[in-house]
Amino acid sequence: MNAPVTAQRSVKSSSSQPQTGLGALWRPALKQAFVKLDPRQLVRSPVMLVVELTALVTSVLCFVPFVRPEAGAVSTALGVQIALWLWFTVLFANFAEALAEGRGKARADSLKSGSQGLMASKQVGAQFQSVPASSLRKGDVVRVEAGDLIPGDGEVIEGVAAVNEAAITGESAPVIRESGGDRSAVTGNTRLVSDWLLVRISANPGESTLDRMIALVEGARRQKTPNEVALDILLIGLTLIFLLVVATLQPFARFADGDLPLIYLAALLVTLIPTTIGGLLSAIGIAGMDRLVRLNVIAKSGRAVEAAGDVHTLLLDKTGTITFGNRRCSAMVKAPGVSTLELAEAALLASQGDDTPEGKSIVEYLSALHTMEVPDRASVTLIAFSAETRLSGADVRGVAYRKGAVDAVLAYLDLGRDDLPAPLAREVEKIAQSGGTPLLVAGNGRLLGAIHLKDVVKPGIRERFAELRAMGIRTVMVTGDNPLTAAAIAAEAGVDDVIAEATPEKKLARIRAEQAEGKLVAMCGDGANDAPALAQADVGLAMNDGTQAAREAANLVDLDSDPTKLIDVVQVGKELLVTRGALTTFSVANDVAKYFAILPALFAGIYPQLGALNLMQLHSPQSAILSAIVFNALIIVALIPLALRGVRIPALDAGQLLRRNLLIYGLGGLVAPFVGIKLLDLLLVGLGWV
Amino acid sequence: MHDYDWLLLAAFFLLVLAPAPFLGRYFYRVMEGQRTWLSPVLQPVERLCYRVAGVDPEREQSWRGYALALLAFTLVCLLVLMSILLVQGALPLNPQQLAGLSLPLAFNTAVSFVTNTNWQAYSGEAQLSYFSQMLGLGVQNFVSPAVGLAVLVVLCRGLARQSSDRLGNFWVDITRAVLYGLLPLCLVLAVLLVWQGVPQNFSDYVSATTLQGSEQTLPMGPAASQIAIKQLGTNGGGFFGVNSAHPFENPTALSNLLELASILLIPAALVFTFGHYVRDLRQSRAILASMLVLFVIGLAVCAWAELQPNPALAGLPIEQVGSLEGKEARFGSFASALWATTTTAASNGSVNAMHDSFSALGGLVPLVNMLLGEIVFGGVGAGLYGMLLFVLIAVFLAGLMIGRTPAYLGKKLEAREVRLMVATLLVMPVGVLVFGALAVSFAGPAASIGNPGPHGFSQALYAYGSATGNNGSAFAGFTADTPYHNLMLGLAMLLGRFGYILPVLAIAGSLAAKRAAPQGQNSFPTHGPLFVVLLTLTILLVGGLTFMPALALGPLAEYLAF
Repeated sequence: MNAPVTAQRSVKSSSSQPQTGLGALWRPALKQAFVKLDPRQLVRSPVMLVVELTALVTSVLCFVPFVRPEAGAVSTALGVQIALWLWFTVLFANFAEALAEGRGKARADSLKSGSQGLMASKQVGAQFQSVPASSLRKGDVVRVEAGDLIPGDGEVIEGVAAVNEAAITGESAPVIRESGGDRSAVTGNTRLVSDWLLVRISANPGESTLDRMIALVEGARRQKTPNEVALDILLIGLTLIFLLVVATLQPFARFADGDLPLIYLAALLVTLIPTTIGGLLSAIGIAGMDRLVRLNVIAKSGRAVEAAGDVHTLLLDKTGTITFGNRRCSAMVKAPGVSTLELAEAALLASQGDDTPEGKSIVEYLSALHTMEVPDRASVTLIAFSAETRLSGADVRGVAYRKGAVDAVLAYLDLGRDDLPAPLAREVEKIAQSGGTPLLVAGNGRLLGAIHLKDVVKPGIRERFAELRAMGIRTVMVTGDNPLTAAAIAAEAGVDDVIAEATPEKKLARIRAEQAEGKLVAMCGDGANDAPALAQADVGLAMNDGTQAAREAANLVDLDSDPTKLIDVVQVGKELLVTRGALTTFSVANDVAKYFAILPALFAGIYPQLGALNLMQLHSPQSAILSAIVFNALIIVALIPLALRGVRIPALDAGQLLRRNLLIYGLGGLVAPFVGIKLLDLLLVGLGWV
Repeated sequence: MHDYDWLLLAAFFLLVLAPAPFLGRYFYRVMEGQRTWLSPVLQPVERLCYRVAGVDPEREQSWRGYALALLAFTLVCLLVLMSILLVQGALPLNPQQLAGLSLPLAFNTAVSFVTNTNWQAYSGEAQLSYFSQMLGLGVQNFVSPAVGLAVLVVLCRGLARQSSDRLGNFWVDITRAVLYGLLPLCLVLAVLLVWQGVPQNFSDYVSATTLQGSEQTLPMGPAASQIAIKQLGTNGGGFFGVNSAHPFENPTALSNLLELASILLIPAALVFTFGHYVRDLRQSRAILASMLVLFVIGLAVCAWAELQPNPALAGLPIEQVGSLEGKEARFGSFASALWATTTTAASNGSVNAMHDSFSALGGLVPLVNMLLGEIVFGGVGAGLYGMLLFVLIAVFLAGLMIGRTPAYLGKKLEAREVRLMVATLLVMPVGVLVFGALAVSFAGPAASIGNPGPHGFSQALYAYGSATGNNGSAFAGFTADTPYHNLMLGLAMLLGRFGYILPVLAIAGSLAAKRAAPQGQNSFPTHGPLFVVLLTLTILLVGGLTFMPALALGPLAEYLAF
């Protein structure tokens, strides 16, 4: 739970994963590009299906002379080139999708390979019998021994064991899984390294974490996300419009006593319909999910990832997300007349018997400041911390050292609250007001001073909240602390709001209240009592080491069990949407230049005066049309890296972000093809292809 | 440009824009049934209407119920009007003994007026009786803009309401639109026009001997009231055949200004009505700004083109002040260009000059205004709901770029809305390109085209653009009164009307059911200069990409030929 906020994660996950560099992926992707020419696969991307059909028709038109009424107008050499580039357009788009799939698939395959032929010991009546893991159904109970792979996702119902989850999480240190409590969920394909477990399987075949992971990154099985569906409809609409535009051109030309070569019309159609975004849409979606998988977050549906981009409010648990899990010693305050060394020595001795993280933090704090000799164990009688006395301490050579909560130490010394020396009382009050926890230290029946324990806010978290705020996302800290303490930490971490003395009911009520205002809420949780809130939230991120109930209620599961991931998920969701929007805008804006290239070429024979529209001064009608179609195909290749990587989003508000992206992708989309087509024209003419 | 042209321009903008905020607020109050200063007089009348019709004004409809009521109403209007036109010979108020119209012409004319297009395949003074003009066309002149207004307020309610499936009552909406909105305004304008000399009588046509000694028949009739509603209701169907170029229909410079400003008066005001509905007048200002940008660009091009000497006469020893062919010398080039831009921006369709005679570039502007879908101000109600569709499209296109599901005013645009939006995007291409392609492909229909080459093509494009855009203005030179074109143009008008109205109502229904997310710094900014630019470019891009090839073969080829 105490993972550092940033960096490292990527290092960790990449080391344990199969090779996913582009170098290793392009070969299979190239093969897949041809496999995906199958219209049954292409039907998922209607724009590219239209391109494929057009390519098919064009190919026929160049090789079968008798169905070419315009024979003579277009040379076979040009016809073949156009047809080839139309096919390339489809292939490039397929290649992009295959490349995006590659990474996720490589990882999924390596995971799947472990489960090939895996056997499980299934409980039947009072006995166990060996069955294939793939035959296990929800509710089956299996026994897993040390060294075995756990055959499927499930919940521990008996036993305690160490489990190595490296295959899924990339984290090699084994974790403890036990029945009951909050650490009872296990994941399929993870290995038991000690003891045994009785596991109730909680997922049918095809529904496990692994299956979900695969489904997210495989083009043919992937479910389109809501925004993608909507965008698809728009692209189909644009394609229809351009079909009408191109189909009616021939009658219009005939009215002007002209005749347009069908091959040119085919080229015009393909350059106009939104092939750039149509070809990359699926790759963008897959790559987005893959980015999530690489963060070790499993989405149960793409919908949740998109919703993450839309979130207005993040509910973040204080502990583990905003602060390190535990309170740490941050200062010491002397009582009047006590030396620093005296206090430090007493505090150190009194903390020897305290194994809680707080106690350890005192020892760490002091060891860093003073080198002190710790008396040998024999002469020390440790008094362990107990919730009842709320004291810990040590008796060293007959001297009693104690430290603990203010009231507890005062009671131990038989003092009243008023007996605190005034300066110390002031300090104690200050510590409490700043959100910290004051402890008192006593030695030899005397009050020596106070220890300041405080929640330490993770470094960098404040800056992240500021970024989120700039993007218009409010952060709400959820904590069980009293309002005073909560407010102090909230101020330090820079969150926008606090739910103090939080209970699961309070959380749920807060989520409902935000949703009633039309806001989308994201939260993370792990306990069974978090389940209702996780289910209610629009984006619920469950910790993988949490309870099965939480994992089922949430729509995202973090395999690393790091609640700060919620922020990364929001980022991925936004990048996904921005990338789609940017390429759509770019694609549509491209059409302007293509008109200026193709229209004068197309109508040159009918109205030569329309040559005035040839702003780019392209060499000839043939070179103009070929340049436009080549540009149209190559731009897909050029944008593959962007589609796979995703558009980076700086922390700007919506207006600034829109201005920036409109300039880059809108204006860029207008200008780029003018330059690109002109250069291609020069090149093609130079090469003598037209 | 002359000084008086600048004066006309300034007075025109003043008359259109100054009253818009107040009139917009008035329309909001009227449509939401709040009290206005006319309520004491009109409320009893309104209640009487409901009682007679058996309408419960408190009962609101779902979008489906609303759409059914609207369709039923339109169908009845269509059938009644067609019947009147077919049998007008047997009806009263027909001093000229005009016979009934042929079936295709009656269909075309009825559709034309029911859809607020007011395309005139007929010639008013030669073919229509006073009865047909007043009780046939006149009634539609009032109710067809009222229907447009009703659809607009439904869309406004859809955006403004939260988690609701009620969108208002169709019968109440059109009653209020006519009673409080159109009637009082028309009364004022009609009186002003009568003062300027427009006839308002039931007299027989007058025979007169001109100075040259030839006989002339002067048409008469209840013109002023008709002209008032034809301008205010973005109808455009003139009382006389040549519309507002006729000296009885538009006698003076002042009447010209008043009629011109009336075209945009209500469409401009409704932009503010929308702002009141969504409680954010910044949205209104952004939309109005985009409309004005498009309007001014169009006007600048058209006026510039018309102020150039006619290149066809360049070789002759003539001193030209602008291109005056087909224009009323009383108005001159600029006032004609201003009217042409205005009437096509607003789907009005009335004319004070013959657009066919405009220069290639000057004629391009009215054509483009119509092909964009009549959204630069546009028809009463219809213009703004068309514009709001473009707003939704702009938001959807660019909205993803802020990393959120696109949303307008907090309402998310999802697959259902996009599907409906796309359906409306297909209306203009089908109506203009497909119908146009049919019209030029066959010898029969193509014979209606008066000129060969690009100009002839522009005529066909204009006719179908005007019909689908529900504008109604015509590029003379195109013989529209043939059975084929009467039928096809009629269908284009129906497509242009209901191809928008039905999806808009469905979108309104879908949006009303949603809950709006609060607007803040993380929501898509739909006001301010950036959005105005985005919206304007989206409109030009969508329109341009759809019609660029056709325009290249028409006006562009004609323009570049010189």
